[in-house]
Amino acid sequence: MIDKAIASAEAAVADIHDGASVMIGGFGTAGMPDQLIDALIARGVGDLTIINNNAGNGETGVAALIREGRVRKIICSFPRQPDSHHFDAAYRAGRIALELVPQGNLAARIQAAGAGLGAIFTPTGYGTLLAEGKETRAIGGKDYVLEYPIHADFALIKAQTGDRWGNLVYRKTARNFGPIMAMAARTTIAQVSAIVPLGQIDPEIVVTPGIFVQRVVEIAPALAAAA
Amino acid sequence: MNRLTRDQMAERVARDIPEGAYVNLGIGLPTKVANYLPRQREIFLQSENGLLGMGPAPAPGEEDWELINAGKQAVTLLTGGCYFHHADSFAMMRGGHIDICVLGAFQVSVKGDLANWHTGEPGAIPAVGGAMDLAIGARQTFVMMELLTKQGESKLVETCTYPLTGLACVSRVYTDLGVFDVGADGARVVETVEGLAIDELRALTGLALAA
Repeated sequence: MIDKAIASAEAAVADIHDGASVMIGGFGTAGMPDQLIDALIARGVGDLTIINNNAGNGETGVAALIREGRVRKIICSFPRQPDSHHFDAAYRAGRIALELVPQGNLAARIQAAGAGLGAIFTPTGYGTLLAEGKETRAIGGKDYVLEYPIHADFALIKAQTGDRWGNLVYRKTARNFGPIMAMAARTTIAQVSAIVPLGQIDPEIVVTPGIFVQRVVEIAPALAAAA
Repeated sequence: MNRLTRDQMAERVARDIPEGAYVNLGIGLPTKVANYLPRQREIFLQSENGLLGMGPAPAPGEEDWELINAGKQAVTLLTGGCYFHHADSFAMMRGGHIDICVLGAFQVSVKGDLANWHTGEPGAIPAVGGAMDLAIGARQTFVMMELLTKQGESKLVETCTYPLTGLACVSRVYTDLGVFDVGADGARVVETVEGLAIDELRALTGLALAA
């Protein structure tokens, strides 16, 4: 019997190692898998490369990882926000490297990794600072920039419901990067509000097929809200 | 000098958004446009974090922090609205499915180049978000901004001096002093606020504006 359910967040992240690249779902705090990140912090690993849309908000999730000095580099689209003080301080002190990627290119590069593409030509960023030094090509009279896929060792994502085969359904705008990060990482770990028996998720509405998910951890919403 | 308030600018932009349009309103000033879309028109608001059919802010106390807009404010979903992931969301832009996006700007050039993501100042932490995708992806990109900086410099310019967001992507600029079309043929005045002559706009901007 295949059972991807893992008993605890700690057990689910137990093989994430120093220097790992880790995709983390979430747009701001919506969809941020806080309990998986807390377990990662507790593990004590560092030198991580983090891929997320932002660079942390307030004191939880990615912000906590940065505050604890675990992040060597962050790949994101929108680091600077009113509550990104931990990133701002680390960046100004030269403790963290930043690769700034337009949001749609971030999504496309993650999706390209998940889909096994060698690279993509994207119109976004052409002629701007963020395309400096990159290969370009005119295709059908329009200019494009060559961008490479973003792979990761691990993805930590949050969904609403999962089953033991790893099928996932998300909740509202907390879906954001979850489905594409699940495809792009070698090991995808999903934090869900409920694990249900096989067949209880209508196969017509499965958003992330279980093939993209290696581990599922149930974190009761009450516990998630208290964190 | 007569000038439109920010709400009047939003009302002016809203008048040009037709029924059935798929529209993305950028963070900041453009979000005000939603307040002035006529109720009898069905218009689809997209938010790039993953929803189509975005409704107004919820009543205080009713916020759901897993239902937010690109500015990370709590919003609602209209009946018939839907959610999707980021790759689909940006395919809606890049693929030319979004009819109109409305963005704020530091500068717009007469050719339609846009600068709105980075001041380029030393020490400034850059953040781009979806601005570059929106600017070049939507079928029409509108800019909404005050025409002059606080120092009185025109933000409609011959050539942008701030780092660019996109090349030749803006088609129309709504300001507090007038509305302009921009593009390959340069800038043309569509309308001015009451009592302002086109020659006065030429003097304020230092540009050879077509009438």
